[in-house]
Amino acid sequence: MKHFLQVQGLAKRYPSPDGKGRLTVFEDANFTVEKGEFVCVIGHSGCGKSTILNILAGLDEASAGTVIMNGKEVAGPSLQRGVVFQNYSLLPWLSALNNVAFGVRARWPEWNKWQVTEHSMKFLELVSLKDAINRKPAQLSGGMRQRVSIARAFATQPQLLLLDEPFGALDALTRGVIQEELLKIWHETKQTVFMITHDVDEAILLSDRVLLMTNGPHARVAESVKIAIPRPRDRNSVIHHPAYYRIRNHLVEFLLSRSRELTDHAARSGENMNTDPAAIPLEVDPSLENSGIPDLALKRRTARAQVIDHLKPTSTSA
Amino acid sequence: MLRSLNARATVVSLLFLAVLLGLWEINSHAPAASSAKSEYELLMGGAEQETRVPPPSAVIERAVEELSDPFYDAGPNDKGIGIQLAYSIYRVLSGYFMAALVAILCGFLIGMSPLMYKSLNPYIQVLRPISPLAWMPLALFIIKDSEASAIFVIFICSIWPMLINTAFGVASVRKDWVNVARTHELSPWRTAFTVILPAAAPTILTGMRISIGIAWLVIVAAEMLVGGTGIGYYVWNEWNNLDLTSVIFSILMIGVVGMLLDMALSAVTRLVRYQE
Repeated sequence: MKHFLQVQGLAKRYPSPDGKGRLTVFEDANFTVEKGEFVCVIGHSGCGKSTILNILAGLDEASAGTVIMNGKEVAGPSLQRGVVFQNYSLLPWLSALNNVAFGVRARWPEWNKWQVTEHSMKFLELVSLKDAINRKPAQLSGGMRQRVSIARAFATQPQLLLLDEPFGALDALTRGVIQEELLKIWHETKQTVFMITHDVDEAILLSDRVLLMTNGPHARVAESVKIAIPRPRDRNSVIHHPAYYRIRNHLVEFLLSRSRELTDHAARSGENMNTDPAAIPLEVDPSLENSGIPDLALKRRTARAQVIDHLKPTSTSA
Repeated sequence: MLRSLNARATVVSLLFLAVLLGLWEINSHAPAASSAKSEYELLMGGAEQETRVPPPSAVIERAVEELSDPFYDAGPNDKGIGIQLAYSIYRVLSGYFMAALVAILCGFLIGMSPLMYKSLNPYIQVLRPISPLAWMPLALFIIKDSEASAIFVIFICSIWPMLINTAFGVASVRKDWVNVARTHELSPWRTAFTVILPAAAPTILTGMRISIGIAWLVIVAAEMLVGGTGIGYYVWNEWNNLDLTSVIFSILMIGVVGMLLDMALSAVTRLVRYQE
């Protein structure tokens, strides 16, 4: 079966600080993304999720493995893969409109000024920034800047959109609003999206599938969790869906314990443990009753996850 | 009642000027001859008074006289202040713009390539601290033209701040902005013009502003050496004429023109500045 995006045996290694060995950030990353799919990646800091995204973008090079998009190997950056960076990366000397137009002009060099402006305006309207188009990024709030950045990425209509923790620097209220705008613009454009996040609720609200990474170094993509909640979703109704907490508990439980246990296990067994380099992530659908997680254990995890919720305000949806 | 800071500052400024000019004026006048002149003074014909710095009133009088007809030309040693300044400005600007062209192009190259940065840096560090006038004999020997040598001296003194600032500005353009250019598949030329140049422009302009200041400092000394025309020559010529009133007047004019050049560059800097 042919996948839209196929990542095979991807690894990133750096020379270790003492100069002798090599430090493996992640290895044997195998996963696929289908056309039109919204996939989130969750993992602790240092597991190499941003590196994976940069490799997909063509901004970084893998130490091993290949990325194939639409039957072609990814080599170097391309307009077919749009990127939204965590720090917005707007050009501060251009107005909001010109930042979007910058992308549009690069994508369609043959367009005249009027076409460029009209196309840019359409996407600025989709992120509700019609009234701020002439302001420079320094005159915009963090949320508005990230909206401009999202508009720029969607306006170039890439085949794959890469979002690197786009809401990481925003407060919870702003984040909630822009998440819904992102859903809206995604519904309209039917983009394929690959997004990195730290926020479990954000991942459930937005994605079709969540890839879970174990802790680095030697991180792996361990699980591919299906988010079986029908669309369209919104922040109010999604939490009342019967599967919501089953999914949420599964993700939180992975982040709290299994992400570390799996890495520790791999480290204990050392190099001689024959991990299959072609191993695909375990496919999990927590919404199903018999998902392999014992009921009792699930209840215990629920209690624990709720305690964590109190301690970790950033992971709760606003 | 003066509330605005600017208004108050203006008043204090004028006060300082009045006090300064007043003291200068009083001290410039010879004390009234209360006693009979000594024999020596009689022999010198009262020359002691001549050694005093001329009073501001004389300088102002000279300024009005010179500025009312700044462009007269009555032979090689008697030209209006406007003509002398125009010669100096012409030399400064031609040397300066040639330097800007070379410095910005080379600065881009050096800033974009870590290899060039490292390999050319030692030469820049050695050449930069050389006093521009030290080049003068060599320039005169090679170019064999005093006019062009003066321009060359301006070129060589104004190139370094622009070169170093351009290289630094280009090298420290934020990686994110370069990545924006890369993900949009911009050609190297378009990246240079639409991302790196605007990003580095404030730093480049700062270098240009330092350079024009240095160039204006150096032209006075260079023209004293080269002679013929220009404000530097004018100052030296009036010194030889023992016309200190004109010397003081031309010193003030050098200051005023230097300030105007700096203001022009600062206005351009304001155009390209951006807030992160």
